[in-house]
Amino acid sequence: MFDATLITVMAGASLLGLVSGALGCFAVLKRQSLLGDALAHAALPGVCLAYLSGGVIGVDPKHPLLLLGGALATAWVGTLLILSITRTTRIRQDAALGVVLSVFFGAGIVLLTFLQHGGAGAGQAGLDKFLFGQAASLVPRDVFLMAVLGALVLLTLAIFFRPFQLIVFDPVYASSQGIPVRRFEILLTTLIVVAVVVGLQTVGVVLMAAMVVTPAAAARQWTDRLLTMVVLAAVIGALAGGTGAFVSALARRVPTGPLVVLSATALLGLSLLLAPRRGLAWAAVRRLRNRRRVRVENLLKDLWRLGERDGRYAAPRAVSDVLAVRAAPRTAIDQARGAGLVAVTGPLVQLTSAGLERAARVVRNHRIWELYLARRLDIAADHVHRDAEDMEHALDDEVLEAIDRALGRPTVDPHGRPIPRGVPA
Amino acid sequence: MSGDALEFHDLTVAYHIRPVLWDVDLAVPEGRLAAIIGPNGAGKSTLLKAALDLVPLASGYVRVFGRPYRDVRRRVAYVPQRESVDWDFPASVADVVLMGRYGQAGWFRRPGRKDRRLAHEALERVGMAEYADRQISRLSGGQQQRTFLARALAQDADLYVMDEPFAGVDAVTERTIVALLRELRDRGRTVLCVQHDLQTVPEYFDWVALLNMRLVACGPVAETFTHENLHLTYGGHSAILERAATTLLKGQRGR
Repeated sequence: MFDATLITVMAGASLLGLVSGALGCFAVLKRQSLLGDALAHAALPGVCLAYLSGGVIGVDPKHPLLLLGGALATAWVGTLLILSITRTTRIRQDAALGVVLSVFFGAGIVLLTFLQHGGAGAGQAGLDKFLFGQAASLVPRDVFLMAVLGALVLLTLAIFFRPFQLIVFDPVYASSQGIPVRRFEILLTTLIVVAVVVGLQTVGVVLMAAMVVTPAAAARQWTDRLLTMVVLAAVIGALAGGTGAFVSALARRVPTGPLVVLSATALLGLSLLLAPRRGLAWAAVRRLRNRRRVRVENLLKDLWRLGERDGRYAAPRAVSDVLAVRAAPRTAIDQARGAGLVAVTGPLVQLTSAGLERAARVVRNHRIWELYLARRLDIAADHVHRDAEDMEHALDDEVLEAIDRALGRPTVDPHGRPIPRGVPA
Repeated sequence: MSGDALEFHDLTVAYHIRPVLWDVDLAVPEGRLAAIIGPNGAGKSTLLKAALDLVPLASGYVRVFGRPYRDVRRRVAYVPQRESVDWDFPASVADVVLMGRYGQAGWFRRPGRKDRRLAHEALERVGMAEYADRQISRLSGGQQQRTFLARALAQDADLYVMDEPFAGVDAVTERTIVALLRELRDRGRTVLCVQHDLQTVPEYFDWVALLNMRLVACGPVAETFTHENLHLTYGGHSAILERAATTLLKGQRGR
């Protein structure tokens, strides 16, 4: 199944993902994600014009160098146009992007239609692959050219990594340090133009922007370091490119671009879900754990309060009585027992010594916080209970110690109940 | 105190045709802890940017230690306003502070051991050493400000130019910064801050410039920070002044 053609196609698609993923990080961090979209569309008329001129000057009109050269030229002109419109008129960048994108794309479609219907005597020029991409049309010559351009782009990126990092993060400071910020911005934009153009034949002008934005967005979920993000985005882009090309080679009639983009989006989805710290799945786990902790701590507190009535804190109580206090589910007791905080014998439950210690701390935190609310924030005593109920689980020891000290180590809460200072004998 | 750390001569800066600074003559002597004060829109930040060659000048010139800025860039450290950057950028505190070494270490070289040591020392001086590996989006406002300050300290400069270093910071950070600025001054460095809070000017600074598009007064705080000067700076003249200046610049362009 892995014949030479398929390997060529997958290599090409991985290459484009690698390059656009790495460069895309800078576009995304500069908040210029849509610039990639505009300049991909702006490349279409360039491809057509290059094809036309190839016929006129008598070279192979389908030579990849010629077509890429044309794409680079109009993508560049489009980019410069956007930048100068933004700078010299009152039109904002998003509007300028929209205008340039549609004008160039429109012109490109007109030219393309003209060529496809034999206007230049060329018959089927095969340029429609530049719309949605056709990786199957890649030949070793194309992949070689992509590799050379990609290597040039990545090498430049590696050499200027530090200045790029600084002009994206803090251009004003960079300028105060003598970096020619404008020139580096133009260089960076040029690299993005090349990265986009490299992928046009495979992914197509319509969807190429996704290959700039999606791998970068996915990589950002996994890391807080720029270098790691760039490397990861390159890997994710290459993976998406390879997968998309493979599937499109199997299902022959499906254009490659949409499949590559779908693969990249799937990787983004996984990243959003699973990435540590930022991932939605982990957030859900953390929320669940926190809710459990609150439930267990509330159970301990209720046991403590029952103990306050008769002074026997560690005495066994009926499970049903304890759960009835705040209609807690039976699982709360199982979880507390699992943590070694309570012991259960038949229908009775009692605090272990570890549970006693923890209960004393929770009750102390609650009452100190209540007192703080009542004294310092002038909240009426009959209003403080619910606020304290939420905060007592969230406050850390450091903050509580500071509050305790500020209140002069109080002994009773606003309702006159004692603040426990240690575990009763 | 040999000379002037910073000298503005007949400086005019305009954004489009709206003048922001107009005929400013100002010299900040070396070894001072200096504040620039003035109402909103008085051109305080623009004055700093003019000193650092960040905005085009309509007229006049700036000298830093008697030379054009580009000749003495390495002797100057800039602390921009905290809000001027996106703190969700993927970088650690140490990464940001190391940026202060790029200019000295060369743009393409990896920061070496000496650079890392200086960055670490700078973090220690602002009390942030234990946060070196923390992602910058997880810092409080005061910690962000101290990170920026550490980046400037890592440059080991002779002139520190700061845009509202006390804006929106906690009490601990404010005390840290004040102590640090005094230490810099005591070691012969010059510090120039845009300052918003007038009450702390006499306590924190020893030299002050009052600015409202034009320079109202400048000099040692004891003599210059007077009711009369404050009234001249913050009184209601600015609107008239601005209209007059706009008319004037329009006239010049029309010629």
